[in-house]
Amino acid sequence: MNDVDLEVPNGRFVCLLGPSGCGKTTLLRMIAGLDLPTTGTISIDGEDITRLPTHKRNLGMVFQSLALFPHLTVGGNIAYALRIRGLSREEQASRVEELLTLVHLPGYGDRPVSKLSGGQRQRVAIARALAVSPRLFLLDEPLSALDAKLREAMQVELRQLQQQLGITTIVVTHDQREAMTMADTVIVMQSGEIRQAASPVEIYRKPTDAFVADFIGSTNLIDIGRDGDRAVLLGRPSAVVMPYGVSKATLSVRPEDVELTAPSPDLPEATITFVRDLGGAIEFFLDAGGTQVVAVTSPRARPQVTVGDRVGLRLDPARSVVLTR
Amino acid sequence: MRREPARGLLQHLPVIFPGLMLTVFFIVPFGTMVMVSFFRRQPGGFYVPDFVLANYARFLTPFFGNVLAFSLYLAVAVAVVSLVIAVPFTYLIARAPRQTQVIWLVALLSILSLSEVIIGFAWSTLLSRTAGITNLLVWLGLMGAPQALVPGFSAVLTGMVYQAMPYAVLVLYPSMVRLDPTLTEAARTLGASPLKAFFTVVLPALRTTLIATLIMAFIFALGSYLLPQILGRPSHWTLSVLITDQALYQSNMPFAAAMAVFLVLVSLALVTLTMFAGKKLEA
Amino acid sequence: MDRLFSRLYLALVGIFLAAPIVVVTGVSFNEKQNLAFPPQGFSLHWFAEIFVNPEWFRALIASVLLAVTSAALAVVIALPLAWFLWRRIAPWAQVFQLLGVAPFTLPPVITALGFLTFWATSGFYGQAWTAVIAHAIFFVTLPLVTLTLGFSSIDRSLTEAAATMGADDRTVFRTVVLPLILPYVVSGYAFAFVLSLNEYIVAYMTIGFVRETLPIKVFNALRYGYTPTMAAVSVLFVAVTAAVFGLIARFGDLPRLMGALSSKD
Repeated sequence: MNDVDLEVPNGRFVCLLGPSGCGKTTLLRMIAGLDLPTTGTISIDGEDITRLPTHKRNLGMVFQSLALFPHLTVGGNIAYALRIRGLSREEQASRVEELLTLVHLPGYGDRPVSKLSGGQRQRVAIARALAVSPRLFLLDEPLSALDAKLREAMQVELRQLQQQLGITTIVVTHDQREAMTMADTVIVMQSGEIRQAASPVEIYRKPTDAFVADFIGSTNLIDIGRDGDRAVLLGRPSAVVMPYGVSKATLSVRPEDVELTAPSPDLPEATITFVRDLGGAIEFFLDAGGTQVVAVTSPRARPQVTVGDRVGLRLDPARSVVLTR
Repeated sequence: MRREPARGLLQHLPVIFPGLMLTVFFIVPFGTMVMVSFFRRQPGGFYVPDFVLANYARFLTPFFGNVLAFSLYLAVAVAVVSLVIAVPFTYLIARAPRQTQVIWLVALLSILSLSEVIIGFAWSTLLSRTAGITNLLVWLGLMGAPQALVPGFSAVLTGMVYQAMPYAVLVLYPSMVRLDPTLTEAARTLGASPLKAFFTVVLPALRTTLIATLIMAFIFALGSYLLPQILGRPSHWTLSVLITDQALYQSNMPFAAAMAVFLVLVSLALVTLTMFAGKKLEA
Repeated sequence: MDRLFSRLYLALVGIFLAAPIVVVTGVSFNEKQNLAFPPQGFSLHWFAEIFVNPEWFRALIASVLLAVTSAALAVVIALPLAWFLWRRIAPWAQVFQLLGVAPFTLPPVITALGFLTFWATSGFYGQAWTAVIAHAIFFVTLPLVTLTLGFSSIDRSLTEAAATMGADDRTVFRTVVLPLILPYVVSGYAFAFVLSLNEYIVAYMTIGFVRETLPIKVFNALRYGYTPTMAAVSVLFVAVTAAVFGLIARFGDLPRLMGALSSKD
């Protein structure tokens, strides 16, 4: 982990996103005090907590393994933070019921955690972390154990819960769809560094480098050359604007922004090598003089082409990004 | 919770009591024993501090040589017989349903924990003339008259296998349970019979464990003390019996200690050999 | 055919393991003082003898007291050590773990003689408590191994979760670690208890000349001829031993425990 500079405004939902081993979990554990940074500081509301032990930080955290206590019931788990703070049994019971209602599990208090489904365990872990109204809500890959359908539903639910409570939330995930669904701000990390921090739409539309462009969604990364003043793309002069003084760059263009047309001398040409019909979308794999390009269309806009056809590629400069790093 | 080195007296506190107990009551007694092995025996009964090698020199007498040779021979025999019985047995129970496994494990643990005295007594009864197995053979018409099978070498061997076999099973059990069942299934699809698959796939895959078990059973048998006395004749006494006899009845502590030190060295050498063999086979 | 063969093999081993116990059980029910099998008549007299005859009863009490206290001491030694090894990074403390396993791996006569020379040299030879310490050290391996396994099976994120909810180190131990380790404490204690109850040579070398435990009493009685009381004691031991392991199996994961106990190299 080096040179990470990050500020999370109050009440925001932030996702730390990156491939495994990029340092996102370490960063979260440092915020929680479970790992110690060798240098640098961490503060909440202006108070330096870098050396404050975990149990004095007033956090709520959901672990990747959920870490539900197997020797306690659902209610016992949720009441844990209240019990060790010395709240009375009545106070504990009413707060537990309140939280169970919040996560749509009313009346589950007496069940053993081993008898719950994956989604229910997830909700219990969330309720437990929120029991003492923490000033920071941390989640480490909270939905990774759930199957795809349930995960998508929980993403929406988690986001709605966060907006309802207005609590500052930091989620670690490796799933870019998850980050896009929930976050106000997505922070893309790689090798212990922050590559880009921005809103989901901006990250998708305006990635600052090839890593971010490729990691968020899928993209075509195409080398841009230079011929005098003009940019050259896949062997044809292009309207893409190269920044001044740069001789080599990469164009990132999303598959849905690649349009297939009849071959024309003005446009790069390619051969269709494979067509993948996914029902809701159709992907065309193309070979443009050795560079692989992918284009996606909707079934309604499907061009009448098949494997082996030569086509022209129209790459909209307004919907693509020139990356110089 | 982060694991971190302990700092200060308070964080070291938990290790102080166990450390002290193990040091005072294991290291020190052990050291005392090693020390006594170099002391000189006082004919009156006790021993005086000295540094003599006479106790170790007695190892060279034919008497000691005979006892040592018999002890090693017996231990090897027990270990081999136990392993031969235990390997197929463990293989079969490891593939049985979990509930069946538990029942066998309880039985094996019970026998393993049972006092040598009780096992010795039980076998001497089973092999006796009045209550023994020969009565059954007479009843079946296979024998003319009941007879006593104790004391004798086969009685000692049987009793010790009875004790060491469960031990061997429990050493083998973890590896047998963890052995990937698709290995034998793969062998079966390639045309091996179940028996052939057992000999060509299971046993080679477990060779490290088998060697380790053999050596562990050997050390275990080497420690047997009561069974040779209850089920055997004085000629069947082992090193362990001799050590106790010298210490308690001949009042020759230094010689007993020297023999015990020798026994430790043999055991440690074998344990080291086991680990070494294991590493070498894995490499 | 295949199945038949394996059943037959298991049955034969089963008979081998059960035979001596069956015979001893039969003998214990004899009416007269002889060792006939099948038993002649039926009587529980020899079982009563253990509790009625003051010599046998004293040995029984001595054995139970020794087992109860030495197993407790073994757990008291093993628990903080196993906890420390789990909680802290301390490679040097592994030495103590090795020391804890050593007496159980070496031939028992070595530990026995070590204690004999030690207690004789220090002048405490023959005191009842010397056997308690000797057995606790001799059997500390069992709670140490079960507890080490128990701690390794506790997901560390549970303690982290407790810390994020405001629990300090002591509270974490009391509310999370202790409830989860308790089953392993019980099985470690039970293992040490059963083995101490059955142990002969260490007890004999430390206190054998002064007092008798049941195994010592049985062995001494063997020299003066056989009585059905010895068979009754044996049956009692088998019953207690099997009951304890049955309980461990009922409330714990015996196959997993065995997986850990046996791979101590």
